[in-house]
Amino acid sequence: MSDVILETRGLTKEFKGFTAVADVNLKVERGSIHALIGPNGAGKTTVFNLVTKFLPPTAGSIHFNGQDITHEPPALTARRGFIRSFQISATFPHLTVLENVRIGLQRKLGTEFHFWKSAKTLNRLNDEAMALLEAVDLGSFAATMTSEMPYGRKRALEIATTLALEPEMMLLDEPTQGMGHEDIERVVELIRKVSANRTILMVEHNLSVVAHLCHRITVLTRGSVLAEGSYEEVSKNPQVLEAYVGSDNMNDAHH
Amino acid sequence: MNAPAAFPESKMPLLLGVLFAIGLVAPYAVYPTFLMKILCYALFACAFNLLLGFVGLLSFGHAAFLGTAGYVCGMVVRDIGLTPELGILAGTVAAGLLGWLFGWLAIKRTGIYFAMITLALAQMVFFLCVQIKETGGEDGLQGVPRGHLLGVIDLSDNIAMYYLVYAIFCCGFFVIYRTIHSPFGQILKAIRENEPRAISLGYDVTKFKLIAFTISAALAGTAGATKTLVFQLASLTDVHWHASGEVVLMTLLGGLGTILGPIVGAATIVSLQTQLADSVGSWVTVIMGVIFVLCVLAFRRGMVGELQSLIKRSGVN
Repeated sequence: MSDVILETRGLTKEFKGFTAVADVNLKVERGSIHALIGPNGAGKTTVFNLVTKFLPPTAGSIHFNGQDITHEPPALTARRGFIRSFQISATFPHLTVLENVRIGLQRKLGTEFHFWKSAKTLNRLNDEAMALLEAVDLGSFAATMTSEMPYGRKRALEIATTLALEPEMMLLDEPTQGMGHEDIERVVELIRKVSANRTILMVEHNLSVVAHLCHRITVLTRGSVLAEGSYEEVSKNPQVLEAYVGSDNMNDAHH
Repeated sequence: MNAPAAFPESKMPLLLGVLFAIGLVAPYAVYPTFLMKILCYALFACAFNLLLGFVGLLSFGHAAFLGTAGYVCGMVVRDIGLTPELGILAGTVAAGLLGWLFGWLAIKRTGIYFAMITLALAQMVFFLCVQIKETGGEDGLQGVPRGHLLGVIDLSDNIAMYYLVYAIFCCGFFVIYRTIHSPFGQILKAIRENEPRAISLGYDVTKFKLIAFTISAALAGTAGATKTLVFQLASLTDVHWHASGEVVLMTLLGGLGTILGPIVGAATIVSLQTQLADSVGSWVTVIMGVIFVLCVLAFRRGMVGELQSLIKRSGVN
């Protein structure tokens, strides 16, 4: 058995009689890009919210690096180097692009509670922040107000902010959602680039992105795991094809 | 919530310098007691704005901090005989502690529930003040002596009192200004902008909110305690929910999330109340209501906020 970084055991979430996630056993291998796919309402985002502690599970447990993190607060989980993104681009719109990345960097200074210090003390993070922005091709936007950036760029900024925390594992919730072709290609390349020495778990609708990027795929339907394996294995699974009935998505993605 | 306009930061020190100078000479042109009233409410509004404008928390119970500090200051100065600076300190600490307690109870909820919990807690404080005899009930605490600052400077002189109030206001304003422009303030803004994201970056947002709430409450207390010394009176008016509503009005009218907005708002409201009380009597409340509606409908950025966006649009900065 290879090295597992994230594992869920019997993960279940019920909302007032409706079971959104039922007995999900997920194992994510260290260093892999793992995709979570499934039709709308399959519970992908709920699984995300559960493993990142934004929702408390009804039953089951979550283990990160072998430690049970089921009952710890979300900020603490984040401090373990387990960072998530959100479906809607998660930036701080009325801060500049540089300030956004600095929010990610700031914690390691250990001055985040120092309300008596000048904000100028944060300027020493600027070089590092610029380097991160350059890495995602946003160097020229540093002084721009984030709300004024195009959508695709905001996603890149979000990734730069996440990278600022040097996460061991990143969770990306539909990183290419609502993007045009060019933006998708840029973000896919970016994800590939940042996946070096990292583990990535992503929810993704665009199956061509999944086919090209991900090592392992878990298919969810109605809150349960339907199939798991490489893209080749999963795309030949008749049950998976049936779940995607009416759409030839799985085949289209092969080009 | 309305996004605050970006401020032309480069002009800020100059503007603050000019305003500071105006404050120094003001008591020779305008009735000092009136100015002191404005300064007390301005500090109160600035403290409130720290929460609403920079963390996005709407507290509807800030009167509790203003009023409690007033009573505490009144009691220790009149009944125990402490000097005025210790009275103000006692009021500030009391309000800070009360703020910590309120915050601890309310911060787990967000939005309207947060506002309702703060209102409910403030109402409890109000009824306590009505009931217990130490606060003097309907009469309030009357005849609080201004005393001698550090046992030396006689504060019964209005000009001396004015400069004390002005110094307190400037210190309070500086604390707020620094808090906003600090590493801590940077995280507060991140929480206001996108709380889930701040959590996902590993920040314990409840802790940040609680600290901000406590600072805000303590400074509201400073304002209340100072006001008690100015008017030599602590009364139920300051713990009443009207005061909590007034501070919302001042902040919105002046400009939510702007540095100077609450000061402008407080000056405007206090001036209007003073002017109108003589000419129209109880119609003041109606006029205030109309102003509030106009402000929310037409000038959502408030006076300072609208001015800033005007400057920004014309490219003057």
